[in-house]
Amino acid sequence: MIEVKDLHVSFGANHVVRGVDMTVAAGECFGLVGESGCGKSTVLGAIAGRVKRWQGSITAAGSALRPERRTLAQLRLQQMVFQDPFGSLHPRHTIGRALSEPLEIHGIGDREARIEQALDRVGLPRRFRFRYPHQLSGGQRQRVAIARALILEPKVLLLDEPTSALDVSIQAEILNLLKDLRQQQGLTYVLVSHDMAVVAHLSDRIAVMQNGTFVEVAPRAAMISGDLSHPYTRMLREGSLGYRPTEKEAL
Amino acid sequence: MAEPLLSVRNLTVEFPSLHRIRPAVSGVSFDLGREKVGIIGESGSGKSTCGRAIMRLHPGRTRITADRMAFMGQDLLTLPERQMRAIRGHRIAMILQDPKYSLNPVMTVGEQIAETVILHERLPRRAARLRAMEMLEKVHIRDPERVMRLYPHEVSGGMGQRVMISMMLIAKPALIIADEPTSALDVSVRQQVLAILDELVTDSDMGLLFISHDLNLVRSFCDRVLIMYAGRVVEEIAAADLDRAQHPYTRGLLEALPSLTEPKDRLAVLRRDPAWEVGA
Repeated sequence: MIEVKDLHVSFGANHVVRGVDMTVAAGECFGLVGESGCGKSTVLGAIAGRVKRWQGSITAAGSALRPERRTLAQLRLQQMVFQDPFGSLHPRHTIGRALSEPLEIHGIGDREARIEQALDRVGLPRRFRFRYPHQLSGGQRQRVAIARALILEPKVLLLDEPTSALDVSIQAEILNLLKDLRQQQGLTYVLVSHDMAVVAHLSDRIAVMQNGTFVEVAPRAAMISGDLSHPYTRMLREGSLGYRPTEKEAL
Repeated sequence: MAEPLLSVRNLTVEFPSLHRIRPAVSGVSFDLGREKVGIIGESGSGKSTCGRAIMRLHPGRTRITADRMAFMGQDLLTLPERQMRAIRGHRIAMILQDPKYSLNPVMTVGEQIAETVILHERLPRRAARLRAMEMLEKVHIRDPERVMRLYPHEVSGGMGQRVMISMMLIAKPALIIADEPTSALDVSVRQQVLAILDELVTDSDMGLLFISHDLNLVRSFCDRVLIMYAGRVVEEIAAADLDRAQHPYTRGLLEALPSLTEPKDRLAVLRRDPAWEVGA
């Protein structure tokens, strides 16, 4: 579904992504983990078309993407869900308006029905389309963001830390929702997160990123059992399990 | 333990507003000795409000009531502000979440650390500088001489947090309140900062109140855990026994957490019981 070859991204003198290769099969969930500044969100941005200057090649559903311009069909293929549901929805647009905007841009009709269907899919009551974001809780807002991404019926969802701003109990709801949607609609996910447990929960394969390159791509089972080859991956895994008093000697 | 370091009974914190609302914290009681106690809760559960109430950091109109809030035999509720200032930062110190926002951006790191002992111990500037330097070495900063001259924006997140820890520990407090001290940090740095905190607390025999939303972290780092929900402590349990927690909210939180070691296909969704809010 997505093929990335030798991707390089620089912001000025700052070489952020240094040669990333990845292939994501249709229906797969591909996870990207790493610490802040490792370039994981930039990779996602390049696939989404948010980062407009990159070298290398990206192919999505068989059509080659160009860095600076995309066709509407290419854009429609993949939609993005952002980290902060408080910042990613327009505060003065109702939910209905937020959901109809992508339809207007892409010139899709039958908007009323599609909006209601999108709300149904993410488990929100239809009357929510008349509400404003501030009248919704964090978890409900993230559901709206997912509904907005799904309304164009994309094949790929690009998820950038979709649950990092949410409480544990709300995170569980959203992770379940994402899992269900993928099964029901055969979606392909690329999931970026710093939380190893979240990534391992959803993803089939997990890439570990450090300083702009993949240090390891491990299947889910290896990440769970700890059968990992790179020391950095092991360190991240250990760290996410909680505090280890033995680390003291390592200082 | 004969007398706990901090003893809180029936603490209630209310923020007055036009509409009468539910207090942010109500009826919280706990004792803290020379140990590491964690407070876990989701956003809005009142965990930070508790920490701030102990330091009396809330705005003047906040109503803080308690049957008892004693720190080393002193009543924190009735203590005049002047004496409270002597306790704040000296006997009780607070570590905050994000060094980016909690350090003074126009003072060098060295000046900020030294300020504490200049104020509280009336040390001359030069002696204070030396103490600050020692303190930076203690938190494993390799080149303290250089770091002392830096401004907060010139240090990384992990180093900033270590600077804040050294600033809080330089006056040798008896109690540290750490409000999400590692939430803004990356995994690799988090381990280091926790190890430093652990080492200092154990070596200098301090009490630590560790406020966090991270169950795994608190479970592995603290001795005892208080679980807060809607302003109340719903359960108190030894950190090692967290898996055997009884309260449905604690159980719900644990089951909602995706786990690396015990993967689940679906996460349990927390069903909130209104009875938890009235302290059933």
